[in-house]
Amino acid sequence: MEQPNLSYINELSSGDEQFRDQIIRVLKEELFLDVESYYKHIQNEDLKKTKEVVHRIKHKMSILGLEKSYKITNDFENNLANSSIKDKIYFENILPVMLDFVKNL
Amino acid sequence: MNCIIIDDELTARMILKQVFEQVKELNLVGEFSNAIEAIKFLNTTTVDAIFLDIHMPDFSGFDLIQTLKKPPKIVLTTSDRNFAVEAFEYDFVVDYIVKPIELSRFKKSVEKIIAAKAKENNIKTVTHNPTADTDTLYVNIDRRLVKIDIPSIYVVEAKGDYIKVKTEEKNYIVHSPLKKIEEKLPTVSFLKVHRSYIININKIIDIEDNSVLIKQDIVPVSRSNRNELKRRLNLL
Repeated sequence: MEQPNLSYINELSSGDEQFRDQIIRVLKEELFLDVESYYKHIQNEDLKKTKEVVHRIKHKMSILGLEKSYKITNDFENNLANSSIKDKIYFENILPVMLDFVKNL
Repeated sequence: MNCIIIDDELTARMILKQVFEQVKELNLVGEFSNAIEAIKFLNTTTVDAIFLDIHMPDFSGFDLIQTLKKPPKIVLTTSDRNFAVEAFEYDFVVDYIVKPIELSRFKKSVEKIIAAKAKENNIKTVTHNPTADTDTLYVNIDRRLVKIDIPSIYVVEAKGDYIKVKTEEKNYIVHSPLKKIEEKLPTVSFLKVHRSYIININKIIDIEDNSVLIKQDIVPVSRSNRNELKRRLNLL
């Protein structure tokens, strides 16, 4: 499974430690809330809301350098728009990888 | 330049603010997590540019664009490449950045805003020429200067090196590029709807998708000018 990294955040921070700490804290908080919302909406079979939150998580994948996962999640998002849950398994497998990574930051 | 950020994700707004700080031309005057709050702000404050997320729950970036009466320059920020074509249908959308935003790419957007603002200011200078504010226009026909009542013009059509000026009373064939007469006509009433046509929007009878009926003439409206035409109409 693809592993997240902080290359983008480090480059963006360019030595500004205060910003780096803040963005990691906010990313962590938002990601936990997004993942929680995702499971709630998918369980309720509310695909519109699921798509919205998948879109937010997809953005966080790009921040964490998850290029392959970003592409698959993009497909998942489009599938949800067509009332399909294809690529759900991959997406749900990458979520704990992301959470574990940010938890340890 | 005074700018605002509209994005429902705090992470995205923080990233934008970080790159903002590294571009001296920009002055951030507000950040909003939803379009409604931003509209309230824009009702009382004029800004030069908006960095706008397309994907927001309930009220998208495109919804917001359609509510703005006098839109400033807009840079769309999104995680999707799919909307690029739709985005550029709006004249005031100057750029489209795919997230995650990188400083070098962001600086290119700022250059595009500056260029678009400069172009707009040049047009304003021309249209504020006092001669353009009068109700009459003199055109050179067979070595005579013929007076035309501007409000009576309903269509100007480009025909090679000539233009055909159609008025309530008669038509005139004048040796001139379309651009030259466009600069002389008041922008409040006249709009270029196609590369070969300028119309007087007060004379429109009806509008279809790709054309307007004006007097007995059917005038084509190009895709790129359609939104500006709609924006100028008093739509119910």
